[in-house]
Amino acid sequence: MPDLGFDTLLKGKNFARLLGGLGVALKISLVSVLISIVLGTVLGVLRQRENLLLKAVMKLYLEFIRIMPQLVLLFIVYFGTTRSFGWNLPGETAAVIVFSLWGTAEMSDLVRGALISIPVHQYESAAALGLRKTQTYLYVILPQAVRRLIPLSINLITRMIKTTSLVVMIGVVEILKVAQQIIEANRMSSPNAAFGIYLTVFAMYFLACWPISILAGKLEKRWR
Amino acid sequence: MDQEFIAEYIPLYREAAVLTVKIGFAGIAAAILLGLICEITDYFRIPVLKRVVAVYIELSRNTPLLIQLFFIYYGLPKLGIHTNAEVCGVAGLAFLGGSYMAEAFRSGVEAIDAIQEESAYSLGLSRFQTIRYVLLPQALTISAPALIANVIFLLKETSVFSAISLMDLMFTAKDLIGLYYSTTESLVLLVVFYLLILLPVSILGSVMERRLRYAGFGV
Repeated sequence: MPDLGFDTLLKGKNFARLLGGLGVALKISLVSVLISIVLGTVLGVLRQRENLLLKAVMKLYLEFIRIMPQLVLLFIVYFGTTRSFGWNLPGETAAVIVFSLWGTAEMSDLVRGALISIPVHQYESAAALGLRKTQTYLYVILPQAVRRLIPLSINLITRMIKTTSLVVMIGVVEILKVAQQIIEANRMSSPNAAFGIYLTVFAMYFLACWPISILAGKLEKRWR
Repeated sequence: MDQEFIAEYIPLYREAAVLTVKIGFAGIAAAILLGLICEITDYFRIPVLKRVVAVYIELSRNTPLLIQLFFIYYGLPKLGIHTNAEVCGVAGLAFLGGSYMAEAFRSGVEAIDAIQEESAYSLGLSRFQTIRYVLLPQALTISAPALIANVIFLLKETSVFSAISLMDLMFTAKDLIGLYYSTTESLVLLVVFYLLILLPVSILGSVMERRLRYAGFGV
C-alpha cells in the first residue's frame, strides 16, 4: 500500500487547520443563510403584491440571479464592483454579499411557493371572519406556510454550504486552500498526499451536509 | 468601457463558450444516462446495486462539484488513474448530475397512480409494454420540467471548470483581468456569453412547463 497522504493529515496541526478551513466556509454559509431567510421571506411576501413596478424590478433581479452562475456573481462583486466603485472589499464580505443575494432569491421562491400552496379558502375565510390583511397573514397564512417552509429552508443551508466552496476562487482561505497549502508543504515527504487530503476534504463536506439533508428529509415527511 | 478591447477578445470568449457548451452537454448527457440507470436500479429493486445507488446519491448530493473535481483531477492520478482535464470535467458533471437526474426521474415515476399499472396489466399488457406505453410517457412528461431545471443547474455548475485549468469562460475572464486589468470589459463579456448559453435553455424550459400544464399533465 503506497503512502496516500493519510499520515500527512495527522502531522502537526494539519487536521485542525483543515477543520478551521471548514469553519470559515460554514461561517460564511451560516451568515448568508440567516440574511437570506429574513430578506427572502420579506421578498416572497412582497411578490404577492400587484404593484407593476415592484414586480418588474423583482423579476429582473430574480431572473438575473437565477440564470448567472454563482461564480460569475462572485467575480462581479469581488473584481467588478471594487474596480468600478474603487472600494476595498475583503473576499469574505464579497462572498456574504453574493450568497445573500442568491439565497434571498432562492428563499423568496420557496416562500412564494409555500404561500401559493395555501388554499384560497383560507384567505377567504379569514376575510369573512373580518381579519385585516396583516392579521390574515400573521395568524392564518404564515403559521401554515412556515411548516412547509422549514424543511425547504434547511435544505437551503446544505445548498449554501456546497456553494460556499466557490470562495476559494476569489482568494478566501478556506478548507480547499488549506488543503492545497498542506499538499504543497509536504510535496517532498509525501508526494501522493493529494489523494488523502482531497478525500478528507470531500468527506468533511459530506459530513457537514449529510446530517442536515437527513433532518430536512425527515421533517418534510412528518409535516406533509 | 473599451470597445476595441471587447471586439478584440470576442473570438477568445467564443472559443471558451464552445468548450463550456461541449463539456457541459457531454456531462449532462452522461448525467442523464447515469440518472436513468440509478432510477431503473431503484425501480426494479435490484438487490446489491440498489444499495450502491443509494450511497452514490447521498455522496453526490451532499458534496460540491468543486471538491468532486479536485478529487478526480488531483487525487485520483495518485492511484494511477490518469485522465485529462476534459474527461475530468465530464466525469465530475456526470457524478454530480446523475443523482439530480435520478431524483427528477423518480418524481415522475412516483407521481403515477398505481391504478395505471394495474389497469395496464388487467388489459393484458406485458410488463415491458406497460412500462413502454403507459408508465414511461406519463413519467417523462411529469419529470420534464425538473429535467430542464437540472440542465440549467448543471450548465451553471460548469463555471468551476476553470479550477482544473480548463479554458472555459471563467478562465478566460480571469486571465484577461489578470493580464490587462480590464475588469469591466472582461466581466461584461463574461455575463453576455453566459446569457447566450443559458437564456435559450431557460426559455425552452418555461415554454415546456407551460405547455405541459396546459396539457393537464403534472397535476
